[in-house]
Amino acid sequence: MEKFTKVTGVATPLMRQNVDTDLIIRIERLVDNVGREGLGPFAFEQIRFKPDGSENPDCIFNQEPYRDAPMILSRENFGCGSSREGAVWALKGMGIKAVIAPYFGDIFNNNCFQNGILPVPLPIEEVELLADEMTASPGNARITVDLENCIVISPTGRTIPFKVEAHRQHAMLNGLDDIAQTLSRQDAIVGWQKADQSARPWVWL
Amino acid sequence: MAKTLFDKIWDSHVITDLGNGFVLMHIDRLLLHDMSGGKALKEAIEKGYAPSQPRLIYGTPDHTMSTKPGRNEKTFPPGEPLILSMRETTAQYGIKLFDLGQDGQGIVHVMGPEQGLTLPGTTLVCGDSHTSTHGGLGALAYGIGASELVHVIATQTMVQRKPKRFRASFEGPLLPGVTAKDMILHLIGEVGTAAGTGYAVEYAGSAVRSLPVEARLTLCNLTIEMGARTGMVAPDDISYEFLNGRDYAPKGAMWDRAVAHWRTLPSDPDAEFDREHVIDMRNVAPQITWGTSPEHVIAVDRAIPDPSTGPEDKRASWAAALQYQGLEPGKPIEGTSVDWVFIGSCTNSRISDLRAAAVIAKGRHKADHVTAWVVPGSERIKRQAEDEGLDRVFLDAGFEWREPGCSMCLASNGERVPPGKRSVSTSNRNFVGRQGPGARTHLASPAMAAAAAIKGAIADVRKF
Repeated sequence: MEKFTKVTGVATPLMRQNVDTDLIIRIERLVDNVGREGLGPFAFEQIRFKPDGSENPDCIFNQEPYRDAPMILSRENFGCGSSREGAVWALKGMGIKAVIAPYFGDIFNNNCFQNGILPVPLPIEEVELLADEMTASPGNARITVDLENCIVISPTGRTIPFKVEAHRQHAMLNGLDDIAQTLSRQDAIVGWQKADQSARPWVWL
Repeated sequence: MAKTLFDKIWDSHVITDLGNGFVLMHIDRLLLHDMSGGKALKEAIEKGYAPSQPRLIYGTPDHTMSTKPGRNEKTFPPGEPLILSMRETTAQYGIKLFDLGQDGQGIVHVMGPEQGLTLPGTTLVCGDSHTSTHGGLGALAYGIGASELVHVIATQTMVQRKPKRFRASFEGPLLPGVTAKDMILHLIGEVGTAAGTGYAVEYAGSAVRSLPVEARLTLCNLTIEMGARTGMVAPDDISYEFLNGRDYAPKGAMWDRAVAHWRTLPSDPDAEFDREHVIDMRNVAPQITWGTSPEHVIAVDRAIPDPSTGPEDKRASWAAALQYQGLEPGKPIEGTSVDWVFIGSCTNSRISDLRAAAVIAKGRHKADHVTAWVVPGSERIKRQAEDEGLDRVFLDAGFEWREPGCSMCLASNGERVPPGKRSVSTSNRNFVGRQGPGARTHLASPAMAAAAAIKGAIADVRKF
């Protein structure tokens, strides 16, 4: 798990529902051998670019001050659909550190924590207010997401608490390695497996 | 204390309680496919983790090869390195691979049940969100991401948080033309694409109990489209009859012992669920999606919804969906001209699906302007369909009969619906660009898809 503590910056209001992982990264980019570090330029390509490959000026990601924003604001069910972790790698490649939305696709949510991107669940009313504060400002609005204190600080200075499971908060703040942690319990795993081999031998091909 | 099917499987797989609601749980089956399988094995090996239990890991290529008749891994060149890498890494650790052209190869969620690798009461994961499919046999099956995949390879366990319990009950007989696909689409239409987020779903009720296993797999397949990672149907005699004699299912005395265990799995009568939803099947007609989310679904004899009369919080997304789909609100959806028809995918490519489509195609011919594909779910299904003469039925009707794979469900092998073209598809996602950039997808059952190919337009299967 990669470390995350705090981020301050611009948040792009991509205020739509059900932003699915197909929209975040097209599947063929994961077949092409560009590697996980090379996916940033292809993030949201269906809306960022026109069919001829040129930038779509109507897309908010191509407008100032959002071009290099480290955060996204979105509506319900962000990251739904396909389990492709490439969606998270693509977000990371475009510099995203946190996504703020009412709730997230379950698999996407897990994938974020594995890659140091923080999914921040806030009620839709709060997300809308943050989006309004971003768009109302002349470009100098900044949002802070603070994982240690589990708060979002709005451009006007409002403090909004959010919830994250203590287990995940701890792992992300410390950048713990999941596999190493699990393997430290190898005795318990082997014990469970031995008992199961007598209880359900048909499972053990 | 009374337990649900889900609780029983979950609780019996907990190795250690990690606190704060998280547990370390054992994974009985890991299925790999070519999009992520070879890469994940390589990554695990590079990090110094050899597969911990290779005998519990099985793989097959399905995503990145052509389904053109006579194909091999070179037919779609971008996929070749992924397939070769899977071959190399599985061979290195003695992991069973059902390779191209071999009996057993197929879409990973078709292969597992077909081989008897998917068993009731087991935990099964795969790097694919439609892994919930395996719940149709009473397995606790999860789709996972690439990092979690490496974790399972290295440890044969997963760190998980226990979800809440959701029971969706379908009661009453299925009306003519209605299938498991219509049941699950209708449910998603009623509860929405996020109703299952944070839940494990159990499908129950008289309509589910009478479904054959293949239909139960279809039902569970779309669970992720209502937001839940896992959905399941309690095992019963129908499940045991399906599994008995399959290649990797237990045999002889071991079979009897397994069945005795499986009979203890169904939810206790007084088990409690955190959320319940009941659907009266007398109100469910054949379904078709109109928009760009699986919740954008209506009965085929209804009009395309009008965003201005829809729920306030959905008006914008409905309007955007109609614009993308090139549809006018208020018009009947039946009769909308169709360019492509795709019968296949982990949702609807099993032998019963192909038979249902063949009933409609038999003795008829597709409309001239339609391209219609039938992509069987596995090598074995393909051979069985050919033995039954279904390939002839489709070919005579002007459909293409292809090799097994995921194909045009997600277009990762270059097989795409062209931009702006309209497709009726038996797959699981009608997302923007899912079947190719600019492609317009309508999800439906295999018989509905075949009917659309014949009519050249969205058609009501009950009129055939």
